[in-house]
Order: sequence, then C-alpha cells, then structure tokens
Amino acid sequence: MGAQLRVYRRRIRSVQATKKITKAMELIASARIVRAQNHLNASLPYLTQLVDAVSAAASHASDVSKHPLTARSVDPVRAAILVITADRGLAGAYSSNSIKEAEALTRNLSEKGMKVVPYVVGRKGVAFYRFRNRPMGGEYVGFSDQPTYAHAKEIGEELLKAFMTPSNEGGVDEIHVVYTNFTNMAVQQTRVRRILPLEVVDEVVEKNVEGGNAQPFPLYEFEPSAEDVLDALLPRYIDQMVYLSLLNSAASEHAARRRAMKSATDNAEDLVLALTRAANAARQAEITQEISEIVGGADALTA
Amino acid sequence: MSGPLEVAVVSAERSIWSGSAKSVVAKTPEGDVGILRGHEPMLALLVEAPLRIELEDGSKILVAVHGGFFSVDSDKVNVIAESAELAQDIDIDRAKAALTRAQALIETPDLSAVRRAEARIQVASA
Repeated sequence: MGAQLRVYRRRIRSVQATKKITKAMELIASARIVRAQNHLNASLPYLTQLVDAVSAAASHASDVSKHPLTARSVDPVRAAILVITADRGLAGAYSSNSIKEAEALTRNLSEKGMKVVPYVVGRKGVAFYRFRNRPMGGEYVGFSDQPTYAHAKEIGEELLKAFMTPSNEGGVDEIHVVYTNFTNMAVQQTRVRRILPLEVVDEVVEKNVEGGNAQPFPLYEFEPSAEDVLDALLPRYIDQMVYLSLLNSAASEHAARRRAMKSATDNAEDLVLALTRAANAARQAEITQEISEIVGGADALTA
Repeated sequence: MSGPLEVAVVSAERSIWSGSAKSVVAKTPEGDVGILRGHEPMLALLVEAPLRIELEDGSKILVAVHGGFFSVDSDKVNVIAESAELAQDIDIDRAKAALTRAQALIETPDLSAVRRAEARIQVASA
C-alpha cells in the first residue's frame, strides 16, 4: 500500500472514532434535555402556589414596600451577579454567551457607579474569572447539568446573607441572575433578571390581569400573622427563583450540547466522505502506476 | 359545603401527593391545626413535623414536611413544602443516624435538624 493511501485510511478511521463519540454525546444530551424539562415542569406547581401565597400575604401585610427584601437602596454601591455556566465544555457557545451577558451587565452596573461581585455557577465560569484574577463572591461547581433544590437553597441563602449585610461591610445592594432561558429544543436565550430587591408584587398583579382571571384573594386567616408569613415566604421565593434559573440553564446546557454534538457528527460525516473520495483516487492512481510499470517492464524485455 | 377536601402536597422539586381527604392535621408555629371541610380560608406556616391526612375510607397518610406553608380555600388544601416525603421515600436508618448526629452536638444542638429527623422517623415507623 502506498504511503498516501495509508495516511488517508488512518484519518478516516480516526474521524470515524470521533464521530462515534460525538454521536453518543448527542444521544445522551437529548435524553437529558427531556429529564431536565421534566424537572422544570415538576417545579412549576410549587412556584405558582408560592407566588399566590406571597401575593396574598403581601396584600394583607401592613406595608410591603418597607420590607427589607423589597426596599430599594437609595444609593446602591455594590451589586452581585449570579452567573450560571456549564461545568463541562463541548456545549457550543453556551457558557461564553452567559459570560458575555454577565460582562455586559457588569459594564452597565459599573457605569452606574456600582462595584460588581460575581457569584459563579459552573467550572467554565469559575475558570474565566479565576484566569483574570477577578475575585468571586461564591463558586459553585459540580452540579450545573443536574441541579437540585438543595443546591439552589445553598446559593439562595448565601445571596440573601450578602443582601442583608450593609454594603459598607461587604454586603450587596442588588442581586442579578444571568441564566439561559429554555424556551424549547431550538430556542434558548441568555437572560438577566434582578431577584433582589424583590418586585414580586407588581409581577403577580400584572400576570393576573393578563390571564384574565383577576380574582381577588380569599380573605385568608394568617397564622401566625400576615407579616410573619411574608417574612418566611420571601426567602423561599428567592430560593425558588434561583432553582428555576438553575433548571432552565441546565436544560439549555443540554440543548446547546446536543446541537454542538449534532453539528460535530455531521461534520465528521462530511469529512469521512471527502476522505473516502481522496483515498479512492489515491488507490486508483496507485493501480494505474503499477500497471504502467508492469507494461513498461514487459516492453523493455521484449524489445 | 359538601364533598371531600381536595388536598395537594407539593415540594419544590415535584408533586408529592394529591387526592381527596376527610381531614388534614398540620402543625403550625402556634400549634396543631385540624382542617375539615368548610374551613375558612387560611394561610399558615408549617414547622418540621408529620402532616396527617385522613382519607375518606378512614386510612391515614403521613407526610414529613420540612419548612413550608399550607393554604386552605374553598375546600382545597395546598401544602407547599421545601421538601416533603412520604413514608416509603424515607430511609429510616439514615434519619436515625441524622438524629443521633444532631443530638450529639450537646453544646449547640441543631434543633431544626433534630425536629426534621424526628418527623421522618415518626412518618416512616407509623
């Protein structure tokens, strides 16, 4: 076998092996999207109930706008950004889109005179900030593809603690989340959402009007009291917002990985096709050359 | 007022249980509350304790709820807990180990962990 032909065959084998891997990753990612979507849907009843209860309690509590979690700081000086990225690569531009969005938000907030503290989920994001020697408020790795409520609670509690600390003692005045919203298999968008200070009440009222079911809340009897219920529920609401962002991002991560692996598989197929053509041409050339050598040799003998 | 109570138990991660029931007994920071049909609308916090649901055929279901609240409105009871477990989902050995661990901290016993573990054990061994 000629050297040329051997090189082609070796490359075909290598591309085929890679294709098997990317194909398998594509299938795994597709299966995981479905699971992530199920988790997302399973968490929705809790959110609906929680939002209803919070708005019911808020409409009864004396003055919601004075609640520490809803009150806006007059002169915000520090803001936290929770950036949700992937733990592993091979997911196309998923992580870099999140980081890009977070950087844009950081610039935006810095222009308003705020110092930004990133809280980062996912190894890719952590690596980004660490490489640039930018201090992080928190690093959370190891669960970006399958987040549980316990993870969200841990993050939620830490963010809440930072929010409740006065900003001159290292606390923050605002908390934003950068996550990737999972609309469907084909569409995922990076989004920014402010979770603290809360704007829960306005949001709920709007939703009710849109949905056309603007029913007044029943006259609940609160135990212990509307204020206490609200105090207990608002932190839960934060945890739930974090959880929802994590779930959405996890589903988007799998979708991005599936897409990236699909195009890798397609590219491998194209490459194998092109290489096979080239290898065939090389084989033909080799045979042609051998024949002409034999014929040339025989001619030389008979002459 | 007629018909049974409609009860739904929901945790942050999924729906735990739903169905119709005769009564629900829950523990709030101010004590136990029993809900029968025709109860006035109510929204109360829950403490870590077993939640007792009595079904229409008289059998009982226990759910270990940890942190959350419940709402009652026109014979619908929604129990919303950060985490909630039915008896079959509880690993009793783990709960017992957690109880021992929580009690072992004599100086500063982790009371909520103790209550959580106790609720689990009660539910699982009922």
